Amino acid sequence: MDFSWLANPLYLGFLWKGFINTIVLVVVSGAFGFALALGVAMAQISGPRPLAWTARAFTTVIRGTPLLLQLFFFYDGVGHLLAEFHGLHETFLWPILRNGFFYGILAFTMSNGAYLGEDLRGALLAVPRGELEAARAFGFGRFKAFYRIWLPHAIQIGLPQLASEAILLLKSIPLVSTIAVMDLLQAANIVRDSTFLVYEPLLLITGIYVALTLVLTVVTRIVERNFPGVRPTASRRGLLALLTGMRRA
Amino acid sequence: MIGMSNEGLIAWSGPLLAGAAVTVEMTFLAYAIALVIGLLGATAKLGGPGPLRAMATLYTTVIRAVPELLLIILLYYAGQQLLNNLLQGLGYSDINLNGFATAVGVLAVVEGAYLTEIFRGAILAIPRGHIEAADAYGMSRGLRFRRVVLPEMLPQALPSMYNIFLLLVKDTALVSVVGFNELFFTSQQAAASTRSYFLFYSAAGALYLLMTMGSNVVFRWLERRVTRHRPAM
Repeated sequence: MDFSWLANPLYLGFLWKGFINTIVLVVVSGAFGFALALGVAMAQISGPRPLAWTARAFTTVIRGTPLLLQLFFFYDGVGHLLAEFHGLHETFLWPILRNGFFYGILAFTMSNGAYLGEDLRGALLAVPRGELEAARAFGFGRFKAFYRIWLPHAIQIGLPQLASEAILLLKSIPLVSTIAVMDLLQAANIVRDSTFLVYEPLLLITGIYVALTLVLTVVTRIVERNFPGVRPTASRRGLLALLTGMRRA
Repeated sequence: MIGMSNEGLIAWSGPLLAGAAVTVEMTFLAYAIALVIGLLGATAKLGGPGPLRAMATLYTTVIRAVPELLLIILLYYAGQQLLNNLLQGLGYSDINLNGFATAVGVLAVVEGAYLTEIFRGAILAIPRGHIEAADAYGMSRGLRFRRVVLPEMLPQALPSMYNIFLLLVKDTALVSVVGFNELFFTSQQAAASTRSYFLFYSAAGALYLLMTMGSNVVFRWLERRVTRHRPAM
């Protein structure tokens, strides 16, 4: 094992940039994905038939195909179609549309939105109807009843699934290295190509991912434990148990 | 409109279907091996001797904390070496695995970790008295497993097993990153050589969707079969 390359500021710079990009990708696609998931879930619960059908089809397609394929579908497929509209080349959008990072966020947002949408749909349907009727009886409008009563309770019910989706999102980030975005894996690839060390950079970022997963797991557990209305006994588990339940099950 | 022409699709339909066949083969083989790993892992975690239990816990914990793509790259390169070191340690000569065997092995090791946890949970859900009753009847361990543990565990485990199957189908695309030729790799080649990216990624997506939705029918049938003794809800 030879880790002397870590002293080289050039490689450290790549790793740092990869680390920051990984965090940015998780946060941005997580936030957009949640917004999309809300739309997808509500469209299926109370949307008009065509909208509900579209949301259903969207979730089925996204959940039924590999994320790597989706990434290339957006990056190469949609990217090349957009390139044929020559009018776009002069607009401010063009530099964004040439950027792998943008397609990474797009693909992760879509994917996260679809999986999260299914979780949210289940959670929203699990909220007792009587609570909504009570809200309406108190004179809440449809919108206010949704964001004051229905959604908060659904989030509380679906919290374990939301937490595991966050970890899954983190674990899918290395895929962007295939569309030439500088993430941790891409940084490791660069180190490998210039130092001819195969295992060391890969093992280092494996360690970083294990640490990140652990941190995210601990954070989500703390949120879960302190969420208003959650009885603390439900989520008090050991550190090893924290690492279980980290995939869609 | 280069992206919409479909003359290339006819020429590439043969290789694409061949790629899909490789993906299906890989999925079935890896799933079969992963099921065995899962059962062994669950057995080790539930009743194995201390060191074995610790090893199984380390295995499931690490595999589930590391991104699948990273694992596949690491294991694809290191797996062969590890296997040969192990064989040398046991006094056997080296073997040379081809790309297919390595890919299947790597996928099985990854999904086996998840199946270990699923089986462990499902076995723990069996009422203790049923196992004791089997012992009281003098059943051997094998017979007890076949007649009591397996039939009682499957209804519990099957929905999660289906989820893992879906994940496996989708994870097979990841071995294209190490240059293994399966459905996604073929569709990438087709897209790059005809420059019809949109078309070929859509076609590959449709084939994956066919696999995932087709397996739904099979698992629904299996679920009806293993829950046939249960009273209707």
